[in-house]
Amino acid sequence: MHFEYQIEGGNFTRAGYASSEIKKKLKQLNVDLGIIKRTVVATYEAEVNVVAHAYSGTIYVDFDEEKVVIKLVDEGPGIPDIDQAMKEGFSTASSTVREMGFGAGMGLPNMKKNADDLQITSEVNKGTTVVITMFFKKEAKDL
Amino acid sequence: MSTKYFHHALKFRKEVCIGCSHCMNVCPTQAIRIREGKAELRDNFCVDCGKCYRACPVGAIIVEQDDFREIFRYKQRVALIPSVLMGQFPDEVSLTQVSSVLLELGFTHVYEVEHGVEILREQMSQYIENNQDRKPLMSAFCPAIVRLIQVRFPTLTDNLILLKPPLDIAAQYYNQKLIDEGNEPDDIGIFYITPCAAKIAAVKSPVGEEQSPITGVINMDFIFNKVYTAVKQGFIGKKTCQLPSLDPLKSSGVTWSATNGEAVYMPGRTLAIDEINNVIEFLEQLENEENLDIDFLELRACDESCAGGILTSSNRFYTVERMRKRFAYATQKELENNYRYSAPGPIVKYKESLIESIALQKVQPRSMDKLDEDIAEAMKKMKKVHEIMDTLPYVDCGICGSPTCSSFAEDIVQGQAEIGQCIYIQKRLEASGEIDPEESMEIMQKIWGKEKFQLQEKNNDNN
Repeated sequence: MHFEYQIEGGNFTRAGYASSEIKKKLKQLNVDLGIIKRTVVATYEAEVNVVAHAYSGTIYVDFDEEKVVIKLVDEGPGIPDIDQAMKEGFSTASSTVREMGFGAGMGLPNMKKNADDLQITSEVNKGTTVVITMFFKKEAKDL
Repeated sequence: MSTKYFHHALKFRKEVCIGCSHCMNVCPTQAIRIREGKAELRDNFCVDCGKCYRACPVGAIIVEQDDFREIFRYKQRVALIPSVLMGQFPDEVSLTQVSSVLLELGFTHVYEVEHGVEILREQMSQYIENNQDRKPLMSAFCPAIVRLIQVRFPTLTDNLILLKPPLDIAAQYYNQKLIDEGNEPDDIGIFYITPCAAKIAAVKSPVGEEQSPITGVINMDFIFNKVYTAVKQGFIGKKTCQLPSLDPLKSSGVTWSATNGEAVYMPGRTLAIDEINNVIEFLEQLENEENLDIDFLELRACDESCAGGILTSSNRFYTVERMRKRFAYATQKELENNYRYSAPGPIVKYKESLIESIALQKVQPRSMDKLDEDIAEAMKKMKKVHEIMDTLPYVDCGICGSPTCSSFAEDIVQGQAEIGQCIYIQKRLEASGEIDPEESMEIMQKIWGKEKFQLQEKNNDNN
């Protein structure tokens, strides 16, 4: 099953909508609660990242019986050094963004911690693509 | 699927119900459907919040209570009253007066529920300090909220503070005290005067406890009417209250059940949220965020918390104001170091044994959102739901007998509704000649009952 959601850059009031929708579907599918939790945390972080850094973005969600693949494609400044961005505490967020409780530099590391698989590709001045894969059966991760 | 998890105190009287669907439209867990012109409750979705009870224009929804005469089966008949009960009465009605009427009605003891706070408060603070890895921690005070979390927010059941509410602690204390005074356990009946339906359900089928220490539940409106009538008719108690009931409630106990009653005493950053739709909105967001910097959440199903319980008689804002006034009085006395107010209450003598049994068992999640136990099957159903949704108008008119288009689509997939029940689809089918007007009338009558469609004819006859 395929779903798409639009993300508006800079609009934090709407951030979290897609995560909530994905969460609702995972609950309907009777996915393990721990997996739902990790999926939602990773997706929410990714969604907020797009809102914080990019001009606009789209989330493509594909469910099958074994997994969900959540692909976030944004148009934005891109990430010059992904390895550096993956470090805890590294943040480029402006002080306004930080005052809203975002931008503590935990986003990418937290996504990595929660996702079963995380792929990030980025092109400076074009945009970033983040792919989060979550397996519904815990064993699947080790196969 | 058919396992019944809950006892519900809210009962739908079919013979009174006019099938107006007001209840269906306000239910925050979408637990109500209309069939054959009557509201139907889907037990496992209902959390006993009581929104439907308020919305019903004809009193078809009632709150089942124990027969008052039940109390006379016991030699020792304890009325456990919450602070909200005193908040129902104008200032000139005293606790002594209320207690006297309760004794006159047949109770042998009166005790205020929130004495239990003396034991609980410290335990809760410690629990929060000791479980920082599970924060934000949520109070298990409001039984409708505990059930809401089980049903709608199963990922958050781990955040609940597994400590008994003041009611259970007070009941356990009083029971033990009477036993120690030489009474047989079978002779003791402990009755709670409840401001809401959720507390009744929690006593009849407790979550996190094997059995409730409470014998029976009496509705607060029933007691309020009895007491206020007696007071208005000039009743002055002949019997004086037994000492424990006169033991003054600590200030923290007086407002514990009001909004912010718990939160102000808890460590760290706290939030108090009342009214179930506000709570749902907040928890939806909370599920997304992992690193939220909040230590404690006080969540209550009713607006103005227990003062807004569906079985209260007084305006909830007046009630809260009176509770605050009593709080101020108690605080002043405590500060003055008035012995009666500042000394530990008699319940503290039982502190050790009460703390020993204060823990609740783990609260089990039981998500009601799942379309099927099996993921593959659930996936098929989800596809179907979306296919159906594409044909529906997104109007949420409720004419189909389900509260929203999406709940209707799920009902169809679960075999509990048929696509033709949608008025928009019906019109389409009629226009294309696939069904005739008689068939569509039959469908509507199946949802809304025959009477609703006959009313017009009757009126015409009269003319």
